Amino acid sequence: MSEINLCIKDRDGKTHNVTAPTDMAMNLMEIIRSYELAPEGSIGVCGGMAMCASCQCYITSKHNLPDMQAEEEAMLSEAFNVKDNSRLSCQIAITSDIDGLNFEIAPE
Amino acid sequence: MIKTDILIIGAGPTGLFTVFEAGLLKLKCHLIDALAQPGGQCSEIYPKKPIYDIPGFPEILAGDLTKNLLEQCKQFQPGFTLGERAENIIKNEDGTFIVTTNKGTKHHAPVVAIAGGLGSFEPRKPILDNLELYEDNGVEYLIKDPEKYRNKKVVIAGGGDSALDWSIFLAGINADVTLVHRRNEFRGALDSVEKVRDLKNKNKINLITPAEIIKLQGDKKLESVIIQKNEKNTEHITDYFIPLFGLSPRLGPIANWNLEVEKNAIKVDTFDYQTNIPGIFAIGDINTYPGKLKLILCGFHEATLMCQSAYKIINPGKKHIFKYTTVSGVDGFDGSRKEAKKPVVQAINN
Repeated sequence: MSEINLCIKDRDGKTHNVTAPTDMAMNLMEIIRSYELAPEGSIGVCGGMAMCASCQCYITSKHNLPDMQAEEEAMLSEAFNVKDNSRLSCQIAITSDIDGLNFEIAPE
Repeated sequence: MIKTDILIIGAGPTGLFTVFEAGLLKLKCHLIDALAQPGGQCSEIYPKKPIYDIPGFPEILAGDLTKNLLEQCKQFQPGFTLGERAENIIKNEDGTFIVTTNKGTKHHAPVVAIAGGLGSFEPRKPILDNLELYEDNGVEYLIKDPEKYRNKKVVIAGGGDSALDWSIFLAGINADVTLVHRRNEFRGALDSVEKVRDLKNKNKINLITPAEIIKLQGDKKLESVIIQKNEKNTEHITDYFIPLFGLSPRLGPIANWNLEVEKNAIKVDTFDYQTNIPGIFAIGDINTYPGKLKLILCGFHEATLMCQSAYKIINPGKKHIFKYTTVSGVDGFDGSRKEAKKPVVQAINN
């Protein structure tokens, strides 16, 4: 099994260094939930369909992330607290390309 | 006052299947839902998305699952209070409950089943100063009575289907519609987008993109909004501002019902999914217990077990035994009967 490292800042500003498996078809939102870094019901509300923006995060490291699909782009265009580095964490798969990624969970 | 045996809060898949299981035990159900149509998330959020883990259905669209569940429970004649949110609950001395909605509709039942999924869907509000001040004084999140906008100035914000559809509709009844969206692209049905483009070309809709409402103005009542486009601000006189940024689920008033809540969900006993208040059950995505999975199929299981306990509360001391539909058939409250064809027993003579 291969794992990558992630550095996640929660909504209270606390930083967590966690590992994530690359072979379980998980995404960043699911990693946040599996480590319980945001209360249930406040993140990943739509289940990961890019339909609620509750999993918005700000990417703070310089990684090449996969391009946004139309659904993600449209959702972020209607979400609040959006910044240039906003992404929906449910749309970013755990792959070796994002090893060492730093990101911050956006406010609710 | 609406009277029923089991009052179900939430008309999603779990709530709808409860009607069927309760019906087999001759218990009548009534459902309350904040949305205007049954189906919950399945019809509101993802009706066109396929679900692959409903037993017996290799693939089914969420919207079709809702249709099938409504068809399956139809003979048990459920009542519906739609477009209203269950607001408060009172336990009577005899152990029965009265649940009142935000519109004042009262429901009386000996058993309450909360099948509220993620909670009630509330409009997502934009972040604007003094927004609360203007709510119901020019700012509205839901269009309940379109007629009031006839010949009025209306600013709609949003880029999805509801923003497009309401812009089209209100333009059709001579409202002076301005549609503001942060991007040039809209994510609605293709024909709605084309219709809006057409109305814009005919000067029936004033389309302002990419732009944002950044301020509300007015003395007690909304009088104008400030629209920011390309970093330039313009004042726009209006009677109404309707932000349509979708709905987000909230546990809502249920959070104040003295139920034990953990992680935004209601704690239940897995024996029968009863909450800490006897007579109130919580089933489906809204409950939590060790090992809980938020799956439709788990909601169906929970609904089925819950009905057995509900029967005992509603009919104390009355005997009943669990029966198979294959053996006993299904007797609807509408007089219908479904049953297996009787086998033909006949001798073959030589």
